[in-house]
Amino acid sequence: MADADEPDLEAGQTVELALSDLRARLPAGAADLRDALPGFEPDRNVSDWGRSDRLERLVDRTLYGFLYHYWFRVGVQGIENVPGTGGAMLVANHGGALPPDGAMIAKAIAEEHSRPRAVHLTTERSFSGVPGVGMLLTKLGGVSAHPANVHRLLFDERQLVLVFPEGRDGTAKGLSERYRLRRFGTGGYVEAAMRARVPIVPVAVIGAEEAVPVFARLGLPRRLTRLASLPVTAPVPLPAKFAIRFLEPVYTDDLGRAPWEDKGLVQALSQDIRALIGENLLEMLSERRSVWLG
Amino acid sequence: MDSRRILITGLSSHWGGRLAQALEREPRVEAIIGVDTADPRHELDRTEFVRVDTEHARIRRIVNAASIDTLVDTRLVADPLAVSVSHAHEINVLGTRNILAACDGEDSPVRKVVFKSSAHWYGCGPNDPAFFTEEMERAAPPRSALERDVVLAEQDVLEFSARNRDSTVTVLRVTNGIGGDLRSSHLALLGLPVVPTIFGFDPRCQFIHEDDIVGVLEHSVRNDLPGVFNAAADGVLTLSEVVSLLGKTMLPILPPWGTGFAASQLRRLGLPVPVEMIRQLRYGRGLDNRRLKASGYTYRYTTREAVLKLRAHQRLRPLLRSGAESYRYEREVEEFLRWSPSVQEARTREREAIDDGSARAPMTGYDELTVDELVGVIGSMEGDALGRLREYEAAHRARPAVLEALDHHLARKGFEDAAS
Repeated sequence: MADADEPDLEAGQTVELALSDLRARLPAGAADLRDALPGFEPDRNVSDWGRSDRLERLVDRTLYGFLYHYWFRVGVQGIENVPGTGGAMLVANHGGALPPDGAMIAKAIAEEHSRPRAVHLTTERSFSGVPGVGMLLTKLGGVSAHPANVHRLLFDERQLVLVFPEGRDGTAKGLSERYRLRRFGTGGYVEAAMRARVPIVPVAVIGAEEAVPVFARLGLPRRLTRLASLPVTAPVPLPAKFAIRFLEPVYTDDLGRAPWEDKGLVQALSQDIRALIGENLLEMLSERRSVWLG
Repeated sequence: MDSRRILITGLSSHWGGRLAQALEREPRVEAIIGVDTADPRHELDRTEFVRVDTEHARIRRIVNAASIDTLVDTRLVADPLAVSVSHAHEINVLGTRNILAACDGEDSPVRKVVFKSSAHWYGCGPNDPAFFTEEMERAAPPRSALERDVVLAEQDVLEFSARNRDSTVTVLRVTNGIGGDLRSSHLALLGLPVVPTIFGFDPRCQFIHEDDIVGVLEHSVRNDLPGVFNAAADGVLTLSEVVSLLGKTMLPILPPWGTGFAASQLRRLGLPVPVEMIRQLRYGRGLDNRRLKASGYTYRYTTREAVLKLRAHQRLRPLLRSGAESYRYEREVEEFLRWSPSVQEARTREREAIDDGSARAPMTGYDELTVDELVGVIGSMEGDALGRLREYEAAHRARPAVLEALDHHLARKGFEDAAS
């Protein structure tokens, strides 16, 4: 920053200076605003994030319940690794067209955990502009994957957030490449967890890539709408047996004062988590005798 | 509170007038001067009104002549309903520039500037966070003329703040206001029996009640709050929630593609749907209001409560429209009330009478009566006389037994009045 008393500054510089100056002059206690979160309004059944309890319960009881118990027959391991209180970030592999893995992980925590908690699923940012889809995802607990959203959920509201670092790449891979992890972005999710000082719980999921396999992708819709290519998949999800393994939490609060500034550390941790999920996926796949029966 | 001589721009706006009314009650405020291009719409007691042109070109003379120490700028047009784009530009950009120039410089008496900005500063788009905090930049460059104007105006305020480091500069980014006395395109839309929305979208809406806009402005005059603050009520509702709270029906007739064209057709039918509104109907917007709360402000209404207040107003309006006698500003009358020697004389006399009244005994021979005799007399007295007696006793001998008896009777009188 330039010297504060320097009188001759160019216009652009002045603005920047003014901004940093205004921020610096804020009241001292303003750093932790968690006490100032809006109170709970009992007459509402929609959260401030736009999540609708009513719709969620309905879908949960019908579609998710059926898929979880009877269609995918989800097997869960290591549920005790999900913290019962406080913020935590769940990091999972992602695959299949219209991937059901997010919903099944959320359902697994609701069904098996000793203290069932809501899971906030981060969704691709471009979905918020798609009619119908964005609205439905938001109502069912999706939150646009903006770093500020993740931070508020993890740090301020102390919630569970599920992220898929592979993002769209994970769902775009074909059947022949299933369970091969794609790049975990630039490690932005690790940075978010570090800033919020919450543990990261890696999650390995198998079954999703056989349940809604991607046989091919059509590029034309992508060129028309600039959103996503249309996958060629089975007309209904196939009854593959799901297995979800929650791994031991990776703590981020003992890494120093501002570990997120060390990009090397962020990358390394991201790589470790990716390798951990990869290993567990292979282990689970090697133990699996049948795609359909487990 | 260090502000004693206050200039309010935009006095004729809802919050400008209400802010002046609130500040008039504060005895430490010596002078309140309001400027605007139109006549005030609120009845004011001691605020002085000066009519100026849109660009506020000659306001520096007022500032210096009245030795203004606090300027509250409430003019910003955040809704294109009432004015044209070019007029809004004059008000928002040129007006702000002139007003800031009037407070600029070493020799300026102004020590504090409160600027009412708008949440349009953040814009509204698909890449937005769910809650904007004050440090965040907007996700995309401004798209509409109005948003561009808000950004330009606020930039001028920041530059002003950088030049005048001794001054306290508060920027309030106020979200969409609702309330019975406001006019905006949001209220026009929510006032319809069926609310047209964009098919496939249920945006998040956050509002601020008109009383809270006034409250936030007053809060920043009373306290020194350097920096930028979001002003928005607690709670973010979805549009479907808002519409059902208002007891109306949502009609998703605007197509998700070609919305602009459909909106222009609605405009032709007389429903104003500006560009900013279309984007809000698609993506919604939420602000993080915690910084202002941490500075000590308590919102009177949550978003939900503000919507419920609006519902009550919407339902009562057809019944009340005929009876309400609204205030009309008449320059001659206002000036007579403020400056006429006869009025001043009458006021002085009135004040002296009040001072005398509390010193004189409420009845002859009062000071000779004993406690028991007094308690006996009290029962037969009227409410007003009782009140005066209570004041006199408290100011002089303050005997507990007498005060207790008086309070008891006053409470009973109050109860009987309420019952009848």
